Amino acid sequence: MAHVVVEVMPKPEILDPQGKAVAGALPRLGFTGFTGVRQGKRFELEIDGPATDEALASARKVAEEVLSNPVIEDVVSVHWAEQAGTADPAEAR
Amino acid sequence: MSRIGVITFPGSLDDRDAARAVRLAGAEPVRLWHASDSLAGVDAVVLPGGFSYGDYLRAGALSSFAPIMTSLVDAANAGLPVLGICNGFQILCETHLLAGAMIKNTQLTFVCTDQVLRVENTCTAWTHQYSEGEQITVPLKNQDGQFIADESTLDELEGEGRVVFRYVGNPNGSRRDIAGITNARGNVVGLMPHPEHAVEPGFGPSTDGLRFFSSALTATLAGA
Repeated sequence: MAHVVVEVMPKPEILDPQGKAVAGALPRLGFTGFTGVRQGKRFELEIDGPATDEALASARKVAEEVLSNPVIEDVVSVHWAEQAGTADPAEAR
Repeated sequence: MSRIGVITFPGSLDDRDAARAVRLAGAEPVRLWHASDSLAGVDAVVLPGGFSYGDYLRAGALSSFAPIMTSLVDAANAGLPVLGICNGFQILCETHLLAGAMIKNTQLTFVCTDQVLRVENTCTAWTHQYSEGEQITVPLKNQDGQFIADESTLDELEGEGRVVFRYVGNPNGSRRDIAGITNARGNVVGLMPHPEHAVEPGFGPSTDGLRFFSSALTATLAGA
């Protein structure tokens, strides 16, 4: 079963209150060396049918028109995943 | 009698209070349903507060795709008075009837307070019974209430007098203290605070909110 991964991030110029709160917590927990955190969203879309260019284009349209709000967010990636949950082979290792 | 519709979405909380405010202002409230595409011929529409679809995806995002919103966008573009309160404001931003967007309050906490607002634009369908510069107090209660837009959009809103309300004491980090805005035509207004909770003596901090609804009433009579 083919899956498309969509990643959405707050626009760089927009202050991300959630990421800022996480960044503020890290030094208190003993994790030093991180100067910032930004929090975004990852969606996994299950495709009905084969992994075609058309399906990927359709997922990109969904990402831009539904999964993100262009006023505050950017779609930073729309790509094929090997499996839901494990996503990229590199990440699954 | 003027008929003012109140749309109920899955997760709306304040639809009954909004309908009550409409009645107290002297208009007939008409309950509208998100899954219908009918506005039932009403003279104005209120999108109430709440947490439609549990704020999933983004606050107001999923409701902006409801069947009734297609009819509402067309009617609003044709001049129908529309008021979005809190989640209703978020829905209007998601449909792009209003500019900007709401993100989490800067302090990341739910804010619930009696909020002082300054009325900046008294030319809209929902505010013409207020005086410019008048300060009113109505409840504010939300988690995603921080109004943001890019600088050029903010400049455009300011330049065209489309900032309708500003916070007196910014409670959530909203850009330029903006609590409510209108569209270019002035028939669509959205704000995060809740005028429908301040319409009756003994309930809420004031009765300052009632004139939203009586403004719409006279606006619809004038338009009829």
